[in-house]
Amino acid sequence: MKAFKACLAGLALLGLSPAAMAAGGTMPLSEGDAPLPDWPFEGVFGKFDQASVQRGFQVYTEVCAACHSMELLSYRNLGEPGGPFYNADDPEATEAAVAEFARQYEITEIDDYGDEVARPRRPADRFPSPYPNVQAAAAANGGAIPPDFSVIVKARPGGADYIYRLMTGYPSYEEFQGEYGDELHFNDDHSHGVLTQPAGLYYNPYFPGDTSGNWDGDPRHAPAGGYLAMPPQITDGRVDYMDGTEATQEQIAYDISQFLAWASEPKMENRKSLGLVVMIYLFFLAILVYFSYKAIWRNVEH
Amino acid sequence: MSGHESTYKPGTGIEKWIDARLPIVRLVHDSFVGFPVAKNLNYWWTFGAILAVCLVTQIITGIVLAMHYVPHVDMAFASVERIMRDVEYGWLIRYIHANGASMFFLAVYIHMFRGLYYGSYKAPREISWILGVIIYLLMMGTAFMGYVLPWGQMSLHGASVITNLIGAIPLVGEQIKIWLQGAPSIGNATLNRFFSLHYLLPFMIAGVVILHIWAFHTTGNNNPTGVDVKDEKKDTVPFHPYYTVKDGFAIIVFLMIFAGFVFYAPNVLGHADNYIEGNPLKTPAHIVPEWYLLPFYAILRAITFDIGPIPAKLGGVIAMFGAIAVLFVLPWLDTSKVRSLRYRPLARQFFLGFVAVCLLLGVAGASNPDDIVIKTGEDTLRYEVALEEAPEAVAVAEAHHGKIVSSNSERVIVDFAHYEDAVEFAEASGTTAEATVKHHGLTWLPVAQLLTFLYFAYFLIIIPLLGLIERPKDEPESIADSIHKSNGSADAVAAE
Repeated sequence: MKAFKACLAGLALLGLSPAAMAAGGTMPLSEGDAPLPDWPFEGVFGKFDQASVQRGFQVYTEVCAACHSMELLSYRNLGEPGGPFYNADDPEATEAAVAEFARQYEITEIDDYGDEVARPRRPADRFPSPYPNVQAAAAANGGAIPPDFSVIVKARPGGADYIYRLMTGYPSYEEFQGEYGDELHFNDDHSHGVLTQPAGLYYNPYFPGDTSGNWDGDPRHAPAGGYLAMPPQITDGRVDYMDGTEATQEQIAYDISQFLAWASEPKMENRKSLGLVVMIYLFFLAILVYFSYKAIWRNVEH
Repeated sequence: MSGHESTYKPGTGIEKWIDARLPIVRLVHDSFVGFPVAKNLNYWWTFGAILAVCLVTQIITGIVLAMHYVPHVDMAFASVERIMRDVEYGWLIRYIHANGASMFFLAVYIHMFRGLYYGSYKAPREISWILGVIIYLLMMGTAFMGYVLPWGQMSLHGASVITNLIGAIPLVGEQIKIWLQGAPSIGNATLNRFFSLHYLLPFMIAGVVILHIWAFHTTGNNNPTGVDVKDEKKDTVPFHPYYTVKDGFAIIVFLMIFAGFVFYAPNVLGHADNYIEGNPLKTPAHIVPEWYLLPFYAILRAITFDIGPIPAKLGGVIAMFGAIAVLFVLPWLDTSKVRSLRYRPLARQFFLGFVAVCLLLGVAGASNPDDIVIKTGEDTLRYEVALEEAPEAVAVAEAHHGKIVSSNSERVIVDFAHYEDAVEFAEASGTTAEATVKHHGLTWLPVAQLLTFLYFAYFLIIIPLLGLIERPKDEPESIADSIHKSNGSADAVAAE
């Protein structure tokens, strides 16, 4: 059994090491101004906080959707169990809310006469994309293509923690003496020097990259992280929450991360609740079969 | 499918009728019911049955996934997510299939190490072993092609790295590569043929599994003592119910681990980059295969030097395939007559070392070859200065506590521990060279090279030599005898 455990530990090590390697060069997600949020969807009994998913969806619609598509999501998904519009007590109200929301957006189609017509979107329609194609997206964003958000939490090492840190990790004006957006003066325990942000790019310690090229200090202590084309988006009061929650930067980052976690893995609650049943079933089956084994072998010396 | 006398007795008329025409019930009975199995098999032997469960699980979930999957570069990624979102329990089927591959390899590695430890590859079971290695090869091919199907970033660029390797083969390599890819580069043609082959290979695996079982049912199972069955009555029990229930218990425990991954950590064994749709124009920072192929990836990348007329790239490919090819000849490399390492204390130590080498090769495969494993000193700032532009560089460097690493008549390389010294040096010497950060320590590359050497040395040097120089302990007279001895007097008292 000892050897078996050692094998498992070794294999676990192998499985996890790529993720550990990829973290090199950026600020570890565990380090930041505030501790990482305690996500309600983590753990064996994890569930999404629906109010937070709702607020996160508001943030997505009002802020992120200007540049980031969610190509794999349809409006109907919003009303599915766990979704922001889901109301377990009133399925009809859920449906109506989804339909009403979808109606705000138009879609252009070619009708039977060959004419272009616009009609309001239906729950079965996909979310609209902000750009007609990737070339248009790149052209509008200085060559950078805003990533699609459908599975973004699964597509980044660190998942929701990463999104949260990236959103809140941009250096703030108060922290730095220089003019924001141009030169960042570092004078902490680790780094002393000036980081000049390239035109149209923004420094973020959690974004993978290399800052040494624009760093005038000791290259061994170049600030962790890299640059991305997205300027800081989330500030206190950036949205006006419909449910009256105070929209601090941390709150907005928490909500959008939670919404994106739901969007990436909408069946997660279903998965974990079924998992519990399966585990309990297998546990009792294992006990039964173990005693059958003992009973069958009781007269055999082995 | 067995070498022992048939114990099947058709009871009813219809059974007799079938048995006289197609004795299939007799075949199944003699293979999986009455088949005599050594009674001392431990839990390491349950992985055969566990692997059968893995294969069946993969085939069933795979067939369902194929009903919903679209093998097209523009639609594959979205179709996989559609399975996750819109197919009834699609998320469950896909997560079982994706994690099932990892579970399959976990089980096959334990099964193979068990075969190595107890000498299951030795006469008369050579063909069982070789068929097993063929299954393992087919599994790797199947898993690799399956990983390409979701068409994420790792799928695409992993496939590109591996098929490009084939191009390293002299003369025909480029043609074979194009034939495999279906085009000069990875694209829709590649995805289509990989999908087709990914569906085909598991059935080939199933076929070879039947041969594998046939072979070791002809010779009989090996057992932890490695001693042959002498007396079927004393040494063996029928497969059913004795081993069906023991394997059944092990399968359920294994399924609990499996379910733990599927329900609570379905993506932990994968790579986040594979949830980004494949883009041929954007290469991920680190291309790594799935964990179960990492040791071979480490061996591939360890050969960075030309060996005589063989260029480094081809050398890496030869080493990687050689690492598996050596398993085929293992039965004839081993000179020891004793099967089980229970009675070979020296060989046991080397075996444990070999297991450690394999695990470390996996870690090496996941790591960047230039990353430091063991740090030997603080990072320094290194200048490489052309003497033509800064003739006084050596003297200036020494004045500013620089450490001359090397110098000749044209240039000097100098290291600085302190940033201030380096800045003053750059100003005083007038050089335009930029400082680079020099890490000091042992990188993964030589470690991977050493591990690769040890991997091959185990098979090609240690195993042949051990059999000649080692003095094994006495093997028990028979299986029944070994059980008697190990149970000792406590059981003897209980028996009275």
